[in-house]
Amino acid sequence: MAATKHTLVALVADRPGVLNRMASLFRRRGFNIDSITEGHSEIPNLSRMTIVVDGTATMVEQVRKQLDKIVDVIKVTDITGPDIIARELALFKVKAAPANRSEIMQIVDIFRAGIVDVSQNSVIVEATGDEEKIDSLYELLRGFGIKEMARTGRVALSRGGPPAEKPSVRKKKKN
Amino acid sequence: MKLTGAQVLCQSLIEEGVEVIFGYPGGVVLPLYDTLPQYPQLRHILVRHEQGAAHAADGYARVTGKVGVCLATSGPGATNLVTGVANAFLDSSPVVAITGQVARHLIGRDAFQEIDITGITLPMTKHNYLVLDTGLLARTVKEAFHLARTGRPGPILIDIPRDVFEEKVEFHYPSQVDLPGYKPTVTGNPLQIKRAARLIAEAEKPLILAGRGIMISGACEELAALARAQQIPVVTTLLGIGCFPEGDELSFGMLGMHGMAYANMAVSQADLIIAIGMRFDDRATGRVNGFAPNARIVHIDIDPAEIGKNVRVDLPIVGDVGAVLKVLNKQLEPAKNMAWFRQLDDWRRKHPLDTDGEGDVLLPQYVIEKIDEVTKGEATIVTGVGQNQMWSAQHYCYNRPNSLVSSGGLGTMGFELPAALGAKIGRPQDTVWCIAGDGGFQMTLQELGTIAQEQAAVKVAILNNGYLGMVRQWQEMFYGKRYVATPITCPDFTKIAEAYCIPALNVKTREEVVPAIKKAMAEPGPFLINFQVEPEENVYPMVAPGAALDEVIEKPKKGGS
Ligand SMILES: Cc1ncc(C[n+]2csc(CCOP(=O)(O)OP(=O)(O)O)c2C)c(N)n1
Ligand SMILES: [Mg+2]
Repeated sequence: MAATKHTLVALVADRPGVLNRMASLFRRRGFNIDSITEGHSEIPNLSRMTIVVDGTATMVEQVRKQLDKIVDVIKVTDITGPDIIARELALFKVKAAPANRSEIMQIVDIFRAGIVDVSQNSVIVEATGDEEKIDSLYELLRGFGIKEMARTGRVALSRGGPPAEKPSVRKKKKN
Repeated sequence: MKLTGAQVLCQSLIEEGVEVIFGYPGGVVLPLYDTLPQYPQLRHILVRHEQGAAHAADGYARVTGKVGVCLATSGPGATNLVTGVANAFLDSSPVVAITGQVARHLIGRDAFQEIDITGITLPMTKHNYLVLDTGLLARTVKEAFHLARTGRPGPILIDIPRDVFEEKVEFHYPSQVDLPGYKPTVTGNPLQIKRAARLIAEAEKPLILAGRGIMISGACEELAALARAQQIPVVTTLLGIGCFPEGDELSFGMLGMHGMAYANMAVSQADLIIAIGMRFDDRATGRVNGFAPNARIVHIDIDPAEIGKNVRVDLPIVGDVGAVLKVLNKQLEPAKNMAWFRQLDDWRRKHPLDTDGEGDVLLPQYVIEKIDEVTKGEATIVTGVGQNQMWSAQHYCYNRPNSLVSSGGLGTMGFELPAALGAKIGRPQDTVWCIAGDGGFQMTLQELGTIAQEQAAVKVAILNNGYLGMVRQWQEMFYGKRYVATPITCPDFTKIAEAYCIPALNVKTREEVVPAIKKAMAEPGPFLINFQVEPEENVYPMVAPGAALDEVIEKPKKGGS
């Protein structure tokens, strides 16, 4: 079975140590994680994580099930497929002598990216898009010299419909 | 009324039905120890090493089905618990471990005896807590016990800072837990169960692989109903021993590295494996790609992550095995697989376990058989790890659930004595025999002190072969008989026992075996027998590491070519 990239989305409790638990699990079981991002979700006290795993379907299913066993993980869904929106944010600090600037700006325009900082001999380019777009922008900017780069890794949601990872957060019963 | 954190903890433990705590005091848990006398319902048993507390809680949990509780101070107390917590984790034993922590304002400053025990135990607990808000202590205890005992059980650790024990809060014990991320699947998917019923009806050579999950679920009767109505032979894992009476003609013993030859042959020849409450450990499966090559595999387990983890599964059913079996049994017509049964029975006759020794030699297998005879197979046997463990599994006939207590997943030498103590405390009416190796016994023999102090009537049988026997056996078979670091000297164990005021005997010959066991049984309190057994006896049958289950090495025939 071929290894492919899978996108898992996890809804997790905002508690100290959750990331630690997940990281510990990846390391211990030798799972190959491409990227992992975390931020607030639409539900108070819950975060949504996007995890990109490289592996066979069986292995990724193991990752999903093992993550699901963590008590602070509410729900994990493999949303891999055509019906997802996946984005990543990148910042590039590019060497930019005044002579190069207009050429850089043209590239930035084509990619619908932006220049968010300009200094004496560099600019910072901000771009959002899927990994391929970011990769090709990177290739083009590399020619000018990239001094620093920071990428967030993938965040993703499934398209339309009810969210596949809708949690069934139980209401506390009164008694 | 406001209670201190220590009182909240004690009240909460009582709410959870706790009767016994295996523990060891120290600085940060002093406020808790000072509070204990207010709650005489909580019996505290002072162990001699925190590892012993965790193993005792584990042994207690396994024989009672209740949650076992152990308690230690911060730092070294907490780290000493770790082996026992790991042991409980790998064998899915419900244990709640409570540790003291330095006061909240000192956390993170490398204070005296501060160690990050929640960090350390992260990968070996089902869940763990550091309680930073005294108001959450009661809820935490409630959650911990719920997590420990439900779903696939496991150890939970609660780390409590010293000042949390002292702070006063309003006590209110919650009646329910609210854990949205924790919802074990209990009922099996009906469609999958229907499919399983069809596979069973179609099978000509079905075989049940029964694990400890059956006993955890309390499903021994459902298992027996399935096996008997369908005439399906039952093979168990090491930890599954006792879930089906070994005296039954449908019982074909244990599979795996030192399983019965006929059990392993049955697995290799079966056309349908019904694996119930077990997890396909490599010691049980042998080489995975040679495992049950002719069989379709139905796997019933409460932990979805176990499905397909080690072995390909054709039909998974996630759920509580008892609940699943109840539904499954209703869908099956009685059937007989006589040809298959006769085949297995024939193998069983042709490959019996060999226990003959020449002349006067005292074989360890013989000792176990005599303990079986004298106790009429009704004792609880708690084993060490190594050869003594395998002989105990092979040569005692277990007919009662949870009558074998053994460290399966972690294989922890030194488990035997403290776990036997825990088992005896948990079921005082039972006869408890601790079968120890001379090596493993020396790892935790200080618990003789606890046994003596509590007058717990544990009967100890040391199979003294002068070696770290199981490792020696591997050196003999796979490392050209080079015995490096496996010959081990022993103190005079009977003198050690006597120093603890525990009566003891040395046994060197066959004739002495039965009288010694009877003497031990007649003694109201603890007793120790040091059996000086054949030093280089090996455990057979054996499936070499990396071999498939049908590549069994049997005991070489005496005087054979
Ligand atoms: C704590 C621990 N250390 C090391 C081992 C490796 N080990 C497995 S069996 C064994 C030998 C056990 O010797 P003994 O207790 O005398 O039992 P025997 O095999 O001789 O019956 C060893 C060292 C282990 N399982 N546990
Ligand atoms: Mg030994």
